[in-house]
Order: sequence, then structure tokens, then C-alpha cells
Amino acid sequence: MDKTPNQKAWFLILPVLVLVAFSAVVPLMTVVNYSVQDTFGDNEFFWAGLEWFEEMLGSDRLWNALGRQVMFSAIILAIQVPLGIFIALNMPKKGVWASVCLVLMSLPLLIPFNVVGTIWQIFGRVDIGLLGHTLAALGLDYNYTNDAFDAWATIIVMDVWHWTSLIALLCYAGLQSIPQAYYQAAKIDQASRWKVFRYIELPKMRGVLLIAVLLRFMDSFMIYTEPFVVTGGGPGNATTFLSIDLVKMAVGQFDLGPAAAFSIMYFLVILLVSWVFYTVMTNLDKEEAR
Amino acid sequence: MARITLSNLAHSYFANPKGEADYALKEMDHVWEDGGAYALLGSSGCGKTTLLNIISGLVRPSQGRVLFGDRDVTDAATSDRNIAQVFQFPVVYDTMTVRDNLAFPLRNRGMDAAYVASRVDQIARMIGMEAELGRKARGLTADAKQKISLGRGMVREDVNAILFDEPLTVIDPHMKWELRTQLKSLHREFGHTMIYVTHDQTEALTFADRVVVMYDGRVVQMGTPQDLFDTPEHTFVGYFIGSPGMNLLDASVEGNRATVAGVSLPLGAAYDAPQGRVQIGIRPEFVSPTAAGGLPVTIRRIEDVGRHRIVRADFNGTEINAVVGEGTTLSADMTRLAFAPERIGVYANDWRVAPQGSRTGRAA
Repeated sequence: MDKTPNQKAWFLILPVLVLVAFSAVVPLMTVVNYSVQDTFGDNEFFWAGLEWFEEMLGSDRLWNALGRQVMFSAIILAIQVPLGIFIALNMPKKGVWASVCLVLMSLPLLIPFNVVGTIWQIFGRVDIGLLGHTLAALGLDYNYTNDAFDAWATIIVMDVWHWTSLIALLCYAGLQSIPQAYYQAAKIDQASRWKVFRYIELPKMRGVLLIAVLLRFMDSFMIYTEPFVVTGGGPGNATTFLSIDLVKMAVGQFDLGPAAAFSIMYFLVILLVSWVFYTVMTNLDKEEAR
Repeated sequence: MARITLSNLAHSYFANPKGEADYALKEMDHVWEDGGAYALLGSSGCGKTTLLNIISGLVRPSQGRVLFGDRDVTDAATSDRNIAQVFQFPVVYDTMTVRDNLAFPLRNRGMDAAYVASRVDQIARMIGMEAELGRKARGLTADAKQKISLGRGMVREDVNAILFDEPLTVIDPHMKWELRTQLKSLHREFGHTMIYVTHDQTEALTFADRVVVMYDGRVVQMGTPQDLFDTPEHTFVGYFIGSPGMNLLDASVEGNRATVAGVSLPLGAAYDAPQGRVQIGIRPEFVSPTAAGGLPVTIRRIEDVGRHRIVRADFNGTEINAVVGEGTTLSADMTRLAFAPERIGVYANDWRVAPQGSRTGRAA
């Protein structure tokens, strides 16, 4: 059967093109536009080329923020992934308690980010916060507003509280999909608890774990609201992560050019890391199948 | 290796079973001889798998004891019972190689490496997977995976029993024959007690020395394939075994005659008046079309299945089948079916009634 060429069909994808243009392309190009120009107000722009990119790449400020950001993501992944798996393994498999657990676990995920920040901001205050006050009463010198270590600890504990559930729930779903016969066969084969985890549960969880780690990496790498509410990036610049620094630069100092260059590099880093991560994991999959 | 005794055993999946209907397994007493090849036959949901899991210790029975030899293992964990079990759907450890999969049960028991290697090679040869030993189990087809599961079940030599839970469901037909034959020869060679769950009568009858037929949570008969054919103890055994199954007709029985819808038929023996719903049963192999005598029927169709023909007939709404040999001529005036009297069994409420002067039978 011959196919009749019909160029009018292109109009069918027009709505999608318009939608994508407004949601992604136009805003992104605005940023690109700012990143290669300079302005002194009055809506007058001058061509600046790659100047802003060079300036940003040479500035300690960006590298320091990136360093803090990488450290933060690494720490929370190192805590949340094992903890999430551990919780998932110990959650009840069925019955009323399974439902109760699921609801309790979902609660932190349902709270708006700035509310989470506010909760911990108050919770950790030495004067009126339950946590801060208790720690102070125990004789610990805890104060997240003027001690960098305390500020980091507070934000990490907050993030663990907020997001470990996500990993636990995803892993739990993965575990639930394992047929009972696998556990029975393991019993017959006299496999130890560790071997059941290593050879049955972990392989079955790998798919969801990949998604969980990817999500948590991207989210933590872009974290803004919670540390902004709790510490505002302080004390000093101790908890100024990339997003916080970017907002300070763009909205605080109104340095649109450098901030735009910063944004683009930030975006590319996330894209790159996610891509590398995804490729490595899918290749591992293929390797296994061989 | 050991004799398996089920004493006063029953199981319910409810915590507080109210009546008999709540029991997946009704009370039973059975002895499974050491070294026997048993097939556990029955339709889906009759309790076969429950019984198997009780023997392997995956399920603890609600009442009664399980004995291996003289040892009470009712409360013993699966690992203490030294049992191998193969499941209906393939269970393989995806991330391991085929070799590691086969070696897994041995390594977990701390066997030495040389023994493990030789045993794995032996099993691999048996299931025909020597070439794939170094491969990861993940990418294999379902029947290759099931062969690995079978191999893992057979890799240990010292097991008390090997239990198979419909292991050949996912295997190709030609491979089924081969594996079943291998299981059989393995049984002859090592003499393990083997219990093979299936709902396929051909599989059961070819594999086992003794077939255990289950129906509705009960073992209705335990016997050789010949016993099941000649004297089914329960109507279920009658129509579940045989192709086609036994013909059953409502009847009244007095002495050595049965009356079916007004037609009187001779029986091979005399019976005390049975109570309840009385039926007579006869296998199609012993029914023959005839021009005079027997039951008047309407012949629906005749199926030629090669070595014999099956006559499908209708008698007052009840189907009666007859198996006729190739050489027999059928003519248009053969509109009646005659039953061989000594092959007619009498059933009351589905259980076989023993004729007078005999000690077998249950409902009598």
C-alpha cells in the first residue's frame, strides 16, 4: 500500500511545540540571552560574549558553593540509601501495621518544603525549640545559627527526616514484588539472612533503587527552600549551596549576566551527572544479562 | 532418607477455624514409605501444595504431627529437615551464574570445594546445561531456569526427600518427557523419597509407583496406578483418572442388581442396601455398544483417537462414554450400551461401597 505524503500533518504537532516553547525553550533562551550580554539598566544590552562564563569559572565563590553542594549530596545519599533500605526491609509485609507504616512514612513527603524548613528552624532553636532546648539542657553547645557544624548537622538531619521515606517506600514496593517462592527456596537451600538480602532482595530492588538514587541526587543537588528557611545560607557562607548562592547573585545583587552564566553551568552539571549515572547503571544491567 | 508419617494431621489457614469447610487439609493419617516415588494428584486448590509445604516445613500444620522416621519434626525448621523442594515457577538467583546457582545449597552447608565442583558437573550433565555453566542465570529462558531449579533440588545427595510442586508446568512438552524420565532414573539410582505434585494424570501415572489422589482437602485414595484404575475408592478418582473418566449413573442397588431409571442391570457381587446418594460407576473401557440388552441410549458422536474409538452417548441427560477397540465394527442398530457386571462399582455419597464378604471400601 502506498502512503500519501501529507505535509499538513505537521500542524498536528503544533500544540505541543507551542507548549514546550512556552514552558521550556523561551525561559531557557532568556537565561542564555542574559548570560552573553551586559546591561546597565534602561533595557539596554551590550554583547559580552563568554566573559561572564570566564568570570564565573575563575571565581572562588562558585567553586566553594559547588564543593559544599557535592559534599551535601554525598552525605545525604550515604545516609538515606542504606537507611531507606534498612527501613523497607523491616516494615511489616501485610496487615494493618503495613498500612499504618505506609501512612506514617508518607507524612514527611506531603509537607511543603518551606513548612519543613520552618518546622526545623523552630525545632532547633535553643530558646524555644524542643530539640535545641533539650540539647542545651543536656549541656551540649548546640546552636545552628552561629556554628557551621551545627548548621550542617541540622540541615542533614532535616533532609534525612524529610526524604528517607521516599527511598524506603520505593524499596518497599520493590520488595513486595518478590514472589514468596523465592524466600521458600532460600529456606530450602539454607541461605543465611545476608545471602537472602544479597542474592534475592538486592537484585530485585536494583531497578527502583536506581530511580531513588537518581531522584535524591537531583533533588539534593538543587536544594534551596529548606536551608534558606533554616539558616539562610549561614552562618557566614557555611550552608550556602548552589541554589542559594545563585538566588543571592541574581535577585540580591541583581548581577543578571553572571547569574545567568552560573545557571547554565549549574544546569549542565546536573544534566551531565544524571546522564553519566543513568548510562553506567543501564550498562551494568546489560553486562549482567550477558 | 526416612519414612514420612503424617499423624492426625490437619491444616487451616484461619486462626480459629469454625467448621470443616475452613480447613484446607482435613484430618488425615498417612505413611509415606522411605524411597517411594509418590505422585500427589488432584485439581487446583485441593490442598496438594499445602500438604507439600507442611512436609517441607514451610507451613506449620494447625494440628497433628509430622514424623521423619521416628523423629518428630512438626516444629523443626525447614533447614533442619534436610528436604529439597522444587517450585512450580522457576526460582533462580538472577545475579549468580548457573554454576553458582547449582552450588548454592551445597556451599551453604559448608561442603568442600572439590565435592561441590564434581557434584555440580554431574547435575549439569543431567539437566543438559554443561555449556551454560558460566553464564548468568538472568537472561535464560523460563524452561532453562526451571531446569536450574530442578538441578538445585537434586544437587544434595543426603536429603530426606525431594518434593516437586508441579515442576514441569513451564517446560516444553518434549523436554517434559526427558526430564521426567531423568527424575525417574535418578529415583532408581539413589532411592530418595520423591513426592511429585501435579494435576496431570499422565505425569502422575508415569512418574509414580504410588499415586495419592486428593480432593477437597482430603486424600481420597493412595494406591498404585492399577488400583486407581480398577477400584477407585471415590467417584472423584473415577472421573479424574482415565480418559475419558468413569461413567457415573444414579441408581438404586439391591442385592446383586442395580436399577438405573427403571432398567435393571446385573452386578458382579451382592451389596447390603447402601444409604445416601447411590451411584454405579463403570469405566468406558468396560462399556460396549450392543443391539440388545443394557441401557437404551442416544449416540451423540464417535471420536476416533487412533488406537481406539470413543462412543459418546446420552442417557436421560447423563453422558455415558464407551471405549471401543479398533477392530470392533459398529452398526446402526447398536443403540444400547452393555456394562461388564464384574467391573461395575457401587458408590454411596461418592465413596465406594464394598460388596458383601469383602473388607475393602470405606462407606460401608
